[in-house]
Amino acid sequence: MSVLRLENVSRWYGNVVAVNGVSMDIGPGVTGLLGPNGAGKSTIIHMMGGFLPPSSGTVELDGAPLWQNPEIYRHVGLVPERETAYDFLTGKQFIVAMAKLHKLADPGAAARRAISQVEMEYAQDRTIGNYSKGMKQRIKMASALVHDPPVLLLDEPFNGMDPRQRIQLMDLIRRMAAEGRTILFSSHILEEVERLASHIEVIVAGRHAASGDFRAIRRLMTDRPHIFLVRSTDDRKLAAAIIADGSASSVQLTEKGLQIEATDFQRFTWFLPQVARDAKVRLWEVSPADESLESVFSYLVAR
Amino acid sequence: MNSTIAMITFRAMLGRKRALLLFVLPFIMLVLAIGLKVTGYADLDVSSNVLHRFGLSTLLPLLALIAGTGVIGPEIDDGQVMYVLTKPIPRQVIIFTKLVVAIVLIVLFAVVPTLLAGLIMSGTTAQVTPALTVGVLLGGIAYAAVFVALGVISRNAVTIGLIYVLVWEILLGNFAPGAKSASIQQWSLSVADKLTEASQIKSTVDLPIAVLLLVVITAAGTALATVRLRSLSVASAE
Repeated sequence: MSVLRLENVSRWYGNVVAVNGVSMDIGPGVTGLLGPNGAGKSTIIHMMGGFLPPSSGTVELDGAPLWQNPEIYRHVGLVPERETAYDFLTGKQFIVAMAKLHKLADPGAAARRAISQVEMEYAQDRTIGNYSKGMKQRIKMASALVHDPPVLLLDEPFNGMDPRQRIQLMDLIRRMAAEGRTILFSSHILEEVERLASHIEVIVAGRHAASGDFRAIRRLMTDRPHIFLVRSTDDRKLAAAIIADGSASSVQLTEKGLQIEATDFQRFTWFLPQVARDAKVRLWEVSPADESLESVFSYLVAR
Repeated sequence: MNSTIAMITFRAMLGRKRALLLFVLPFIMLVLAIGLKVTGYADLDVSSNVLHRFGLSTLLPLLALIAGTGVIGPEIDDGQVMYVLTKPIPRQVIIFTKLVVAIVLIVLFAVVPTLLAGLIMSGTTAQVTPALTVGVLLGGIAYAAVFVALGVISRNAVTIGLIYVLVWEILLGNFAPGAKSASIQQWSLSVADKLTEASQIKSTVDLPIAVLLLVVITAAGTALATVRLRSLSVASAE
């Protein structure tokens, strides 16, 4: 059982702060590192993988520092985001070479095991340069698994994968986690994290915005005030009726229509058509104004 | 020395289009040597001149630049170096292996062609050929260490290396005697000068100083490359 620990970690480049005072413990099971693009997820994964020193704070695996400590790679497998592997090698040659670099007792057997784990036997004799994106992702995964590490770090593993490849990789990650490994993967897509991770860490603008069980965070996200834009035959009349009910905390008359801040998402969506009917107002348009992931994230940060 | 890293590096070097460059320069020198021999121009003067001006001063630094930066630079640029760095391998072993591969390539494409060209033109007369071959070999080792370090340190290693070779060694060396003495080329020439009695090969640097400087620059390049690889952060590679 391995634990990755970040303690009060900051990382800045010149005077740009990429990661700001983040503390977290990553234990066995699947943890999703969620955040919009440019939030600092890669910076965190790179620090966890020993590829970047924290500007302040400590990053440790079971008490040992990650930075400038090559011995740590006996326990860590890293799947980088970049697609490049050694394109001129075949899948099998690549994995055998990785096994040899780890100085494993039987590189051939270790390579066979890793390749079968990612179900790539059928393509192992083709050169990596001719692989599809999904195949490359899987062979990269095999390279990280060849020494059977207790910790796996995956940087945006689902990027550019088609749905079928995505499901296969999710199954594989679940299997790895069931074996007791500590797995961390980063993603900017909520649904991916929701389907795979039991535990999530949310990073927004370099800050640790939320941490914990996925459902609790999902609730935070749906319970937040939602903003809708509504156009109707009589905006003033509708505004009065909505204010009278109390499921919205504010209604604003704008040139584009009514901007309504709903406090209770469920109740508001159910109640709006009724109010409109009772007030004899015809609704032309109801659209959520802030459904982007970024607005969800910024809500979490401001909270 | 790690044989797996060496194997991957050799395949990467010789599989790339850039590998053609490795063949072109030595090929030109050999064609030149054969041409001079066949037409009867290959006396000791011409022979020493070709080996010195073409072999030591042009072929060697350019080849060493391609080989030295090539064994590590592109791998860092493309991010493949991650697959080597995420292994429990001491960083000095990685650098040492890269250096050995670069030196082997330099031997194959600069040292051996210099030897062959010399033998074709003037045999072993006045020891010019063996002397310059040894000079090219020692200079090659020093260049390799410098260019491997440059490949680790900078994403513009080839450009910087080219500027060093063209501006410092070739251009300034012709005008400013001081700059001339502070170059790997002159130090290797000093060794060659000592090994031959031919008056055509003349260096401005004394042998003990030249040898000392060659050793120092080789050791410094290797050490610097190791230190920089140890703290290579991916952020700088992106």
